[in-house]
Amino acid sequence: MAIPFREALKTKDFVVTAEAGPVKGSNVSKMVEHVGLLKDKVDALNVTDNQSSVMRYPSLGTCLLIRERGGEPVFQVTCRDRNRLAIQADILFAWSREVTNILCLTGDSIDVGDHKEAKPVFDLDSVQLIHLVHTLNSGKDMAGNDLDGDTDFCIGASATPSADPIEPQLIKVGKKLEAGVSFVQTQAVYELDELKRFMEFVRKVDGKVKVLAGIVPVIGAKMAGYMNENVPGIFVPQYIIDELAQTPKGQGVSKGIEIAARMIRQMKEERICDGVHIMFIGREERVPEILEAAGLA
Amino acid sequence: MEEIKQMIAPYNKLLLAGCGTCVTVCWAGGEKEVGILASQLRLARSAEGKEISILEATVERQCEKEMAAELKDKVGEVEAVLSLACGAGVQTMAELFEEKPIFPALNTAFIGMPEKEGLWVEMCGACGDCFLDRTGGICPMVRCAKGLLNGPCGGTRRGGKCEIDPEKDCAWVLIYRRLEKQGRLDLMRKYYPPKNFRAVKSPGRIQAVKA
Repeated sequence: MAIPFREALKTKDFVVTAEAGPVKGSNVSKMVEHVGLLKDKVDALNVTDNQSSVMRYPSLGTCLLIRERGGEPVFQVTCRDRNRLAIQADILFAWSREVTNILCLTGDSIDVGDHKEAKPVFDLDSVQLIHLVHTLNSGKDMAGNDLDGDTDFCIGASATPSADPIEPQLIKVGKKLEAGVSFVQTQAVYELDELKRFMEFVRKVDGKVKVLAGIVPVIGAKMAGYMNENVPGIFVPQYIIDELAQTPKGQGVSKGIEIAARMIRQMKEERICDGVHIMFIGREERVPEILEAAGLA
Repeated sequence: MEEIKQMIAPYNKLLLAGCGTCVTVCWAGGEKEVGILASQLRLARSAEGKEISILEATVERQCEKEMAAELKDKVGEVEAVLSLACGAGVQTMAELFEEKPIFPALNTAFIGMPEKEGLWVEMCGACGDCFLDRTGGICPMVRCAKGLLNGPCGGTRRGGKCEIDPEKDCAWVLIYRRLEKQGRLDLMRKYYPPKNFRAVKSPGRIQAVKA
């Protein structure tokens, strides 16, 4: 990245972010490799926070690894594992170490992860978390105490444009926009009509916020079925499953990349949204191929 | 059943104490269940070639000391009590009969209501800071898996089901539909700040004051 993410949001026509999923364990070498490979090819790297409720190397730690290597991290914070004290403390630490972008999330249920007997926290929800970051930005904590040193985060929110029914989801997104966010990174989008419907709503509430559509490449018909069953907020449509089912063995990943690139091109050409957020968890090293195929490299 | 057998393993004279209120209506700890459990325990013991003497008794509300006290004579005759009441009933018994071990026969799950024959659903978390006026009478604290106050999470399944279980409704979709029907969707568009989790300081204790 050549410029800070908040500047990229303001100045670039089409903003591109990618997800960097932390490893299971303390060996960060592969992650460091991915960071090196991607940091100059995208405008920011999102770091997931115990993604899918699976315990991993921390989001904040990975953000530091990215920052130390000259990359631009987006610190993903969920409300699942920490109460309001712990969340505020982590956010202050992030700011002190020049992690300046934050994505405020509710977090998946404990039930979908690998520590199913853990106590879910959810002391706050994602809308309250956005308000909380604004509070820290203003030099106060949630209890109204003065801070010695405030923050100035670039705040983002998430959304699920393909939710059904969509109305309750949009009401919640409306609250996030009203709380004040600079960017929205959506859950995976496969139907452009759903994205258009979502954009129409967002533009009515907030003319300035940048919306990056979520891109999750699907690499096989079976995987698509699994994702539809098990990954919250993801709905792979039948036409993509059919296209993958007809793909010869061994070419699933290439096909997934091709479909993803095709969607990105259309989003960009038709100016449907302001950018994309690519989530290719476990295959981060192949993100550059998507960028190239989509004409973004 | 295995848990119960282990708890009572050292004892040969037991009282099985049922409760005639909540656990009776949810088929878990009334007179009938006391009888069934007593037979099962007798059978299990005789299969092991061991003896057991079991008394059976059910009071109307085990969580009220006066009613639980009706069991005094029977408790005096046994070595231990297996209570089929909820956690409040078990603890009332334990306080009343301090000299005897009182064991819980049930795992009390929630405060709920019978949805239909044989199906109970959680309705109230007894949080001490009721939110039902803002949500069309549907509690998001317990009926949303994450207890969210500002709308659904992004994981809602198609058709408005919960991310953790396709059998369960998304509470926020239910709330949306209820408020829409009442023309009160503005309530859902309002921002609600973080909840006060100290509305009832744990452990809960409420002293009535005379007017």
